[in-house]
Amino acid sequence: MATLSDTELFLLVTMIKIAVVMFVLMTTVAYLSWLERKVVAHIQSRWGPYLVGPHGLLQPLADGVKFLFKEDIVPLEVDRVVYWLAPFLSFALAFLSIAVIPFGGTFTIQGRTFNFQITDVNVGLLFIFAVTSLGVYSIVLAGWSANSKYSFFGGLRSSAQMISYETAMGLAVVGTLMIAGTLSLRGIVDGQSGTWVIGTFNTYLPRWNIFVQPVGFFVYLTAAVAETNRIPFDLPEGEAEYSNMVTVSCLATLLFFGGWHGPLFGPGWLRMLLPIFWFCLKVFCFLFFYIWMRGTLPRFRYDQLMSFGWKFLLPLGLLNVLATSFVVAWLSA
Amino acid sequence: MEILFYICAAVSVLAALNVVLQRTPVYSALSLILVLCLLAVIYLLLGAEFIAVIQVIVYAGAIMVLFVFVIMLLNAGREVPSERSRLARWLGVPLVIAFLLEVLWAVWNQFPSGTAPAADFDAGPAAIGHLLFRNYVLPFEVTSVLILVAILGAVVLAKKEE
Repeated sequence: MATLSDTELFLLVTMIKIAVVMFVLMTTVAYLSWLERKVVAHIQSRWGPYLVGPHGLLQPLADGVKFLFKEDIVPLEVDRVVYWLAPFLSFALAFLSIAVIPFGGTFTIQGRTFNFQITDVNVGLLFIFAVTSLGVYSIVLAGWSANSKYSFFGGLRSSAQMISYETAMGLAVVGTLMIAGTLSLRGIVDGQSGTWVIGTFNTYLPRWNIFVQPVGFFVYLTAAVAETNRIPFDLPEGEAEYSNMVTVSCLATLLFFGGWHGPLFGPGWLRMLLPIFWFCLKVFCFLFFYIWMRGTLPRFRYDQLMSFGWKFLLPLGLLNVLATSFVVAWLSA
Repeated sequence: MEILFYICAAVSVLAALNVVLQRTPVYSALSLILVLCLLAVIYLLLGAEFIAVIQVIVYAGAIMVLFVFVIMLLNAGREVPSERSRLARWLGVPLVIAFLLEVLWAVWNQFPSGTAPAADFDAGPAAIGHLLFRNYVLPFEVTSVLILVAILGAVVLAKKEE
């Protein structure tokens, strides 16, 4: 094999990383819809999709083909540009945030070290928040462009919901950031390696942030459900929410559940791949939790949803920030 | 890197022109969002990731959402061009040209070689936090109180009389 220059190697590895991550993400998103239908069906004592392929496994493909051949109905008097732009925006933004998610440690090719991550931005967490904050446009524009009062009010309500819960979500992670002292997702995960040691007593509990930030985690998880428009806060409904679900689950894993850290054993190659397995397993648990919740909880009314966000989650998040900053200051003094 | 800058700069200037020339308010707002995002990319090229991301979160993600909300709630349709005032033509256009020339002159004088030296400063969150909460803590807090007062005022004004 000819040796590549550093730039060529970097480009090649990055391309491969992007291709692999996109492939995995697209497949996950497609099969998430299958998993959701299956799990919800079993919760309700039904079989769910069963006809296309074994256990309905080919159902996502069949759905895709069906959508391709469906007639595109464009209502009269819509604003064409914005009408097409809104769903495009919603998907593009949903896929964009995966670029900064780290899903494993490092690997080495030709003496150069690469991260299991498309790109390591040193403000990775804020990047994700920036992308989600733009996601509001896709909903408000979709509601407006259809030129109908009902969809317009739907769009306004949903975007008000997203903006409200974004605030709580931002506050929820501040505690974690104060403990980690960095905005880099990789740095936050690196701070969670090992086990909690109190004095000289080893608790053998993994050093995950969930044990010191349970309130932050609760606020984050609740706000994230609202942010991705899932039940019980699911006024708007869209296919891009599956991709957003993946992002939010990845973030929950990285911020509160130690990212890719888990027991390592076996030969070298297994030690390199195991972190990715642990990461995927944790993300899968969150995704399952989402679906489980959908099968269990009833839906909130709009005014309940808003007052819950502003009068309960937001103050709780603020209190968490206050308490954490006192403890951090006390410990560092 | 340079080619990326020229693309971003050119598109952002075009989008900025579209903000002014566009007759449909929603398109104007969308163009402005595009300008803000492209400015963020230029900050990224300068190596200021934190500022770039904050630019998107604060301007594109928060302030412009309110703009778009208001435009949609007011149901602003296409603007009808007004009777062009004579004052605008005879006073406005020369003033704009004079202003542009002045800016060009200032830039030219400041950087005769055509390139500005890269500023050597830390634009990370920690450095900005230190500046805001140590050196400029009073103006920062006063601005926050001012915004709080404005919000309270808006709530009082919007509240219906019993």
